[in-house]
Amino acid sequence: MTALLETTKLTKYFGDTHAVDKVDFTIREGEVLALIGSNGAGKTSLVNLCSGLFTADSGTIVFRGQDITKQTVQNRIASGIARSFQVVNLFDDLTVLDNLALAIFSREGMTRRLFTLADRQHHVWAEARDILQQFGLSPKSEQRAGGIAQGERKLLDVAVAYALKPQLLFLDEPTSGVSTREKAPIMDVITSIVRSNKITAVVIEHDMDIIFRYSDRIVVMHQGVVLASGSPEEIRNNESVKDAVFGPTHA
Amino acid sequence: MDLLVIHLFNALLYTSVLFLIAGGLSLIYGVMRIVNLAHGNLFALGAFVTASVVGQWFAGSTSPFLYLLLPAGAVAAALVGAILEPTLLRPFYQRPEEYQLLVTYGVLMILEDLMRFVWGPYPVSATTLFEKMGSMKVGEWIYPRYNLLVIAIGGIAAVFLWTFIYRTRFGVLLRATSQDMKRASALGVNVNRVYVLAFTIGCFMAGLAGAIIVPGQSAVLGMGVDALVLSFIVVVIGGLGSLDGAMVGALIVGVLRETAISIFPELELAVLYLIAAVVLLVRPAGLFGRAT
Amino acid sequence: MTTLALRPAITRSPLLILFWAVPIAAALAAMPWVFDPYRTIQLAYGLIFAIAGLGFNLLLGYTGLLSFGHSAYFGVGAYAVAFMVKYLHVQSMELFLLGTIVASLLVTSLFGYVCVRYTRIFFSILALALSQVLWSLAFKFFWVTGGTDGLRVPTPKLLGVATPDSEDKIHFLSHGYYYYVLVVFLLCVALMWVIVHSPFGKALQAIRDNETRARFVGIRIQRYRFIAFLVSGVFTGIAGALWVPLNGLTTPDILYWPFSGEIVFMTVLGGFRNFTGPIVGAVAYNYLKDFAVGFTVYWQSVMGVVLVVLVLVLPTGIVGTAKVLAAAARKRFGR
Repeated sequence: MTALLETTKLTKYFGDTHAVDKVDFTIREGEVLALIGSNGAGKTSLVNLCSGLFTADSGTIVFRGQDITKQTVQNRIASGIARSFQVVNLFDDLTVLDNLALAIFSREGMTRRLFTLADRQHHVWAEARDILQQFGLSPKSEQRAGGIAQGERKLLDVAVAYALKPQLLFLDEPTSGVSTREKAPIMDVITSIVRSNKITAVVIEHDMDIIFRYSDRIVVMHQGVVLASGSPEEIRNNESVKDAVFGPTHA
Repeated sequence: MDLLVIHLFNALLYTSVLFLIAGGLSLIYGVMRIVNLAHGNLFALGAFVTASVVGQWFAGSTSPFLYLLLPAGAVAAALVGAILEPTLLRPFYQRPEEYQLLVTYGVLMILEDLMRFVWGPYPVSATTLFEKMGSMKVGEWIYPRYNLLVIAIGGIAAVFLWTFIYRTRFGVLLRATSQDMKRASALGVNVNRVYVLAFTIGCFMAGLAGAIIVPGQSAVLGMGVDALVLSFIVVVIGGLGSLDGAMVGALIVGVLRETAISIFPELELAVLYLIAAVVLLVRPAGLFGRAT
Repeated sequence: MTTLALRPAITRSPLLILFWAVPIAAALAAMPWVFDPYRTIQLAYGLIFAIAGLGFNLLLGYTGLLSFGHSAYFGVGAYAVAFMVKYLHVQSMELFLLGTIVASLLVTSLFGYVCVRYTRIFFSILALALSQVLWSLAFKFFWVTGGTDGLRVPTPKLLGVATPDSEDKIHFLSHGYYYYVLVVFLLCVALMWVIVHSPFGKALQAIRDNETRARFVGIRIQRYRFIAFLVSGVFTGIAGALWVPLNGLTTPDILYWPFSGEIVFMTVLGGFRNFTGPIVGAVAYNYLKDFAVGFTVYWQSVMGVVLVVLVLVLPTGIVGTAKVLAAAARKRFGR
């Protein structure tokens, strides 16, 4: 499989903290990659660097053969990278449908237009409703995004990112804050949409069951470096990973 | 050479006053994350109160007594602040920032008219102290001694403040609350008390600035808004929430203003705002501290 | 923030808007025939401030930027007209409006470029500071701007037609000029309505709601804020241009900060989270101010008290509160 995104010696320091320390990281096209590690391992920082929220101190990021290290967030989105957030980032005062429609308007470059009525762009609203249905959020389409349940907000966050038609989707803890029995259904929806649309996904997760069940490959980070990378089986049996992630004393 | 010394004194004078106003603003923001748009009017209130007390009521008194009365304006401003915080500001801490701005703007308008009501639309002066201190010779020039007192008071205030914040127990509480209010509260700090005290101190500083400036120049309506804008220039340069920043910012603005006035006296006010705009274009984060 | 929840799809239809907009427009058109000239002129002022409020609220209600310096753009409009009269001997209202748009675009581009780099309090104070620059310039360069005496503006030619000398000025203002203002007002309302309901308008609201998410949906934050600033400034400038022939005179007072406060106040009074809020607020404020000024010289403190009370108790303003009451009434009495 070809490398969709590759980082070389990517580094980000916050004062004395090495959030991401000379990381060489590869994402292969078409895979669902789980990014795991204990708190402070650097997972979110790595995703922030790739998606453009942070600028790297040094190192490079190459996406589809292009150096995007210095690219703005908007350009990265145009290139095909999108993300969801660990702490849900939605337009709380707008309706669920509006949230999605906005992503589509932006994607189509229509947000530049001041003198057309948004409501008349039927194809946008049709697509938005369609996506909502795929994510199982149709019943809530007219509700304020700030007023729906946490699980639905997490799905909506992912849906908004998906509406940008990305090739690479970063999902930062898509099931955090959600009850255990809701996690699998959410991941089912996400992974089925991602796979059927041939979107490459990188998922930051803490729940081991979810990780082993849904991912093709796992990358383990610890204190800013990549500790190991491999299939779920390989990682499951990797001693140093177990030590790093679970602590030296474990069953 | 002597002229340079005079310019230096003038710059330091401005710095002193600006530091007090901007420092108060920064302190309040640093601890409570609110910006009081009426802050400038507390400076004005301090000026008017001291002008009345020193310039009118007790104008005939002996010198030492007058010096004691000088901070009357600061006390008045502090009192207003102590009343304002729990009644009008506290309900807004959890609400979006626009509402804080709107309510403090309302307070600004009320204070402005209150001052107009009490003191009338004309300037109020209190030159007795200024005259009593006389002038001194700087080379071939004469310079009012009172200005040096203002510079001294500003310096003393800075030292006091620094000591208070970094060396006292309450200062520790202040800093803890400003860094992490929730954690401080969980550790047993009475956050409400910290807030009202911090706010009162900030208002005291603004009032003190007005109190010490008024023997040198009259209290006039509208000085509050000018002070507000100027103190914002200072915190933009120095960073909002930082006392060191307020000092550095005040110094820079003081020097820049003095330089600009000596070359282009007509453009005084406009020049300052232009400096602000330039600073903002070049240094959006300020030199220290946080800027939104 | 507020708890305005559902927006039923039915209100999205422009036809329904016309349902109540047309009667109101008709009522406004009937004004000169029903009321005395003084009241009509008063309403003209109200409509003019409503245009300024609409412009201002594009920034506050829709983009989340609270400007305390909008007197600058109103003043630019007023002084643009005054300068065109004094230095270019222009008399045509249409040319005045054109000149105002050009002048507004120049000033708002400059000010906007500086301001939109900042948000929240810094934006607000910076906007205030820049308006104070203009005020101090109008003051200092009195040989150009007329200083505190201001500049006089005579009755303009509307659509190329000059008012005959026989016509009384009051009659002109309460009839011909009033209709002109009314038409411009209706056009501005329609234009602003389209803008806030456009994809651009939605993007502004997105930026207001969650700047990070807006960025990560591909919206260039500063560029959109800048455009909103331009539109806002131009609308307010147009209001200023319409105002000065009515007032007959423009002075630096119109650039001074209390006037910015009035614009803020009337918008909050009407409700800044509703499209019609600034319109209702401006018209209501106009009447309230006339009343208060006649009552006491300290009307600014009255305004201050009302503002504090509004923000504490009725943050959604007249229109917002009316909507909530209407919804409650509907629920109570069934439908």
